[in-house]
Amino acid sequence: MANIEIDGKHYEVKEGENLLEAILGLGLDLPYFCWHPAMGSVGSCRQCAIKVYQDENDTRGKILMGCMTPAKDGMRIGLEEEQVSDFRDHCIEVTMANHPHDCPVCEEGGECHLQDVTIMSEHTTRRYRGKKKTYENQYLGPCINHEMNRCITCYRCVRFYKDYAGGKDLAAMASRENTYFGRHEDGCLESIFSGNLVEVCPTGVFTDKTLARSYNRKWDLQTAPSICQGCSLGCNIAPAERQGKIKRITNRYHGEINGYFICDKGRFAYDHINSDLRLRDCFVENEKTSYDEALQHTVKLIGEAGSCIGFGSEKASMEENLLLKALVGSKNFCSGMPAAREQQLKEVLNIYKNARTELISLKALEACDCILVLGEDLMASAPRMALSVRQATRNLSFELADQTRIPRWQDEAVRTLAQNERSPLIMATVSGSELDEIASEKIHAAPAQLTAFGFAVAASLEGKTCLPEIAETLAGELTEKAKSVAAQLRTAKKPLIIGGCSLNSLALIQACGQIATALSRARSNGTVFKTPVSFVLPEVNSLGLALLLDDHTLKLEEAVQKGSEKAAIFLRADIYKHLPFEVAEKMFSSISSGISFSELPNRTADKCKINFPAASFVEQEGTVVNNEGRAQRYFEVYAQANPSIKEGWRNLLNIAKGIQGSLAQAKPLAELACFDDVSHFVRNSAPVFSTWDQVAPDSKFRIAGMKIPRQPHRYSGRTSLQANIKVAENKAPEDSDSPLGFTMEGAPTQRPPALNALTWSPGWNSNEAINKFQDEIGGHLRGGDPGVLLLREKQGEDLQFSFTKAQSAELVAVSQSRLFDSCELTVLSAALVQRADIRVAMLGEATAHKLGIQDGDLINIKVGKDGISLPALIDRSVPENLVSIPNDIHTQNELSAALLPAPCQIVRAVS
Amino acid sequence: MNLPLTGRIKPDNSVLNLKEYQAAHGYEALKKALAMPPNDVVNMVKDANLRGRGGAGFNTGLKWSFVPQGEQSATPKYLVCNADEMEPGTFKDRWLMECDPHQLIEGMAISAYAIQASVAYLFLRADYNLSAKVLQQAIDDAYAANLLGDNILGTNYNLKFYLHTSAGRYICGEETALINSLEGRRANPRAKPPFPQVSGLFGKPTVVNNVETFCNIPHIIQHGVDWYKNLGIGEDAGTKLYGVSGKVKTPGCWELPIGTSVREILEKHAGGMQDGLKLKGFLPGGGSTDFLTEEHLDLAMDYGTIQKAGSRMGTGTMIILDDKTCPIGMVLNLTRFFAQESCGWCTPCRNGLPFVRQLLTDIENGKGRKEDLDTLLEYCGFMGPGNTYCALAPGAAEPIQSSLKYFKDDYLEHIEKGCCPYKH
Repeated sequence: MANIEIDGKHYEVKEGENLLEAILGLGLDLPYFCWHPAMGSVGSCRQCAIKVYQDENDTRGKILMGCMTPAKDGMRIGLEEEQVSDFRDHCIEVTMANHPHDCPVCEEGGECHLQDVTIMSEHTTRRYRGKKKTYENQYLGPCINHEMNRCITCYRCVRFYKDYAGGKDLAAMASRENTYFGRHEDGCLESIFSGNLVEVCPTGVFTDKTLARSYNRKWDLQTAPSICQGCSLGCNIAPAERQGKIKRITNRYHGEINGYFICDKGRFAYDHINSDLRLRDCFVENEKTSYDEALQHTVKLIGEAGSCIGFGSEKASMEENLLLKALVGSKNFCSGMPAAREQQLKEVLNIYKNARTELISLKALEACDCILVLGEDLMASAPRMALSVRQATRNLSFELADQTRIPRWQDEAVRTLAQNERSPLIMATVSGSELDEIASEKIHAAPAQLTAFGFAVAASLEGKTCLPEIAETLAGELTEKAKSVAAQLRTAKKPLIIGGCSLNSLALIQACGQIATALSRARSNGTVFKTPVSFVLPEVNSLGLALLLDDHTLKLEEAVQKGSEKAAIFLRADIYKHLPFEVAEKMFSSISSGISFSELPNRTADKCKINFPAASFVEQEGTVVNNEGRAQRYFEVYAQANPSIKEGWRNLLNIAKGIQGSLAQAKPLAELACFDDVSHFVRNSAPVFSTWDQVAPDSKFRIAGMKIPRQPHRYSGRTSLQANIKVAENKAPEDSDSPLGFTMEGAPTQRPPALNALTWSPGWNSNEAINKFQDEIGGHLRGGDPGVLLLREKQGEDLQFSFTKAQSAELVAVSQSRLFDSCELTVLSAALVQRADIRVAMLGEATAHKLGIQDGDLINIKVGKDGISLPALIDRSVPENLVSIPNDIHTQNELSAALLPAPCQIVRAVS
Repeated sequence: MNLPLTGRIKPDNSVLNLKEYQAAHGYEALKKALAMPPNDVVNMVKDANLRGRGGAGFNTGLKWSFVPQGEQSATPKYLVCNADEMEPGTFKDRWLMECDPHQLIEGMAISAYAIQASVAYLFLRADYNLSAKVLQQAIDDAYAANLLGDNILGTNYNLKFYLHTSAGRYICGEETALINSLEGRRANPRAKPPFPQVSGLFGKPTVVNNVETFCNIPHIIQHGVDWYKNLGIGEDAGTKLYGVSGKVKTPGCWELPIGTSVREILEKHAGGMQDGLKLKGFLPGGGSTDFLTEEHLDLAMDYGTIQKAGSRMGTGTMIILDDKTCPIGMVLNLTRFFAQESCGWCTPCRNGLPFVRQLLTDIENGKGRKEDLDTLLEYCGFMGPGNTYCALAPGAAEPIQSSLKYFKDDYLEHIEKGCCPYKH
């Protein structure tokens, strides 16, 4: 620690940390542009100048840049001295010389860091008499708007896009005051992290084009804490609403997960919520009815059947799944997942809970210095994790920097020093991934071989030669690679194994488990070494649903069988996605009493007798468990005015109330009245949920007797918005289920992180205000990062997994993850649908040659009776005898990805 | 007079080829140096007090001694020659390269050996086409004669030597911007520390020196420290290439003992002012140095003396301002150049220089206001040393701030008359 003096007051800060970070960390204000807490210092903008006196004998002092100066014991700092505040004033004066001052028509206005810094630096009078420079803007795709005239040349955009996120198509061009930030030519930004430019840019050069479609100022947007539903990582987001429409999604800082950045799917895939395709009415046998009528019919239907099968969903909240399970009874509950996926998730849980493993957050991942990725194309299945993996490969450069005594935050210097030196990253995947470019080793092989490779690594870690059947499966070269990978994992400071469900292979997950066990053994020396592992799971609440599985849980096929005899509730589940088409068709031909809760039309809902429209995640509260076992709550962003659309948990309680007379297990549910009751029910349902109360404060939580407002304190127009209908002000909707209110009045400060989606502090109107909410810059949120780790403490045991040789087949179809796929999140997003690649079947050169297939040929891939026709794409990275097909195929009669990997046949379709 | 740097240059300024160079004892110093322990070479250069001739005047041997050595140290190490001679008014390195290329190559080879570099780059100004041609021929000849490449002169010392013709930016004269440019990046200067000696080209230890600096090396090795120190007539050692441009009778470039007086250079070598013109002021060491005036004519042109007078010796090439040329016009012209050459990295330079350019343009065009002079001074401080990322803007501010000191009446006249009095 270093004791420093700032404007006469004494403070304690971290020795060697840069002074800008130290000063902001103390809660003081110092303007800046180019420095970014996640990207470090480069000293370009000069806005954070401070006066520094080296010690008590130094009377002259020197103007230094806060971001470039390490804190030293005994330093005296003048923040407000005239000389240095003059300097900052000049800095902003010239920065603003060419700025168009178009705040009234700028999308950034009201949340603009440049506005804040201009005020903070006390620049008020324009002295520059020259003309302003102007630039031509570029078309950067459907997501990002470009307005170069506003640029203040802080270089943050390219530093994020290229240096941090590995993008290729954004650069600083030209020079001097003519420096231009853009693409080499007009065109859509390629990076899947491009949306972060909107938040990284301190002014309005890069803005959210999807917000601009129907624009509102930040202060007019109602928002609530939420969790991204796009993948299993559970990034924290802040969806924002005005007049019943979601207008945009921004990053909500979480110190352990997403930090400052989210992926483009998380940011731009929200149109499905506003979609005209949304189901908005209840139907009974295709007849539109009121909610109450539909409920009566539901109760009658279940009552007559005597019992009911419940199909849960990985996309539904813990509360919904658990209530459904309680309502129908354990023996009648089905996860809604195919049996294979259930097995995989059970195995993941087993490895998490029982093996000598350490579950790690994305933040912790970034500290790992040797990563083995087995079978996951992270850029598609968990993009935010891919971004963290990219940062983890920089650990070697930080070590080099330490040796050369360059502070780690000296971003440019550290990158210069390290050049292309990176910590080891072993990418073992089916085909090429964007992360391959920073991988020390890339292996492209079929799932069976990847499994064998994993077991070979484990064997090598234990000093064993691998089993003959493993050696047989592996090509000779891979056996050698397995040894070198094992050696790297053994010697790394903090190794990490990343696996997942994308390839739908239990054996591959077991291979990860075996490596974890072997690594733990190899590295345990007196104390037990717990191997860091992380599994990427299919959906937002896959792990949560897996926690509800027990011995009674019905397998999907079984449930289908039984469902045909009884009533069946489908919770946000499209069963068609998970079954061979014929099986699903047959099932619904016999199920006469299906009840569906669905946001959008799908084939399952189509076949049900009773349809309820489901609330989307921004219209209700719920809890999801991410891939690390972190339970996190999302809240209603706005009150749904449509009486037919009710929260999922409320629907189930309503059914329970109606049916309690005839269904014994419904009785306890019928006593639950509000969301707090549901939370307690979850807490008491199993020991794993014992800490459930800490997920987020309950509805009774108040600050000084006040609720927490969803609307910013400058929210405008509440008396005029509906003046065309009614002049009197509408009463704000009540929210008795959460401590949040649908108003602008309420607790202004000290909101607990789990309840805070508004990043604002006096003088800090942009998202940079997050500085004021952290325990240290870039650290945890003050009060603790939201959520509760359910699978935290355990001893772990020596779990063993055995290798079983996969059946050999001439040609195997495997599933291919795509970020912008053909599911509703992408397809219904007007912006993202333009960025989705067309679906293709990828196959290697040799395979294509053997089958006489040319690039672009339409081919038909058949697995059993199901099939799909896709254009062929010949990709050198795809191993022989393999065809990789998108995992998002689920339209009429198409092959379900749930059946993959599987032996297949390929024929060229006649065009 | 002893003229080690230019003594071999032929009177007609045609190229001294390898054979001729060797006949004039060329490459003997290389042979001698390769027989010495590298550290002895470093110490010799340090003791000789050779100061960097690019303008900063840092002790060359001392700079070399910062390169980490030993088995644990990073490899490869690089040596880079800064031949991006773009300082306004400066044309000294060009003379050395066009006429005696082997002297530079030999100097670089010895220096590379001293710091144990295995690769040397000669970073040449884009417009120096003749130099490029001459140097490439000389490099090829040196390779063929085993003076470069593998196992040089049978000593097991290997040196790869490349000529890099740059894309042409003033900022490439800043050594870390040069390194970035050499790596194929934008020519932005880098943060210091780390200094290039520790983390330079491709992140490896690197020494960058000016052409003239390297040309001194063979002579120090060959004739010894004492001989070299005695060449200077003031506190500095060696000789210096001095140049004069402007309205003098015989502008040009001469090798003279370091510490020769300004008056001698101007009156004896440059022949004095053209008839009918009087000296109004001069920039002693290129466009980015402070003006001095008549009262400074008897000062010795060495680093310390000129600095004490409030300017810098810089490259040692003077630009003369006469009494019939508008000083504001001259300063504006320089400011345009520096604003144009800013890399665009830091705010005071990128946006400060255009701000100042605008003020000077207004004043020169008779649209200035009295308060502009205070604003100009404010801005010179704003762009001053330590406030910017590199030395470009502080250098650019030097002629402006000193013109306000010495030619304030001219500024006021412009403002009061509403026009440039030199034109009307």
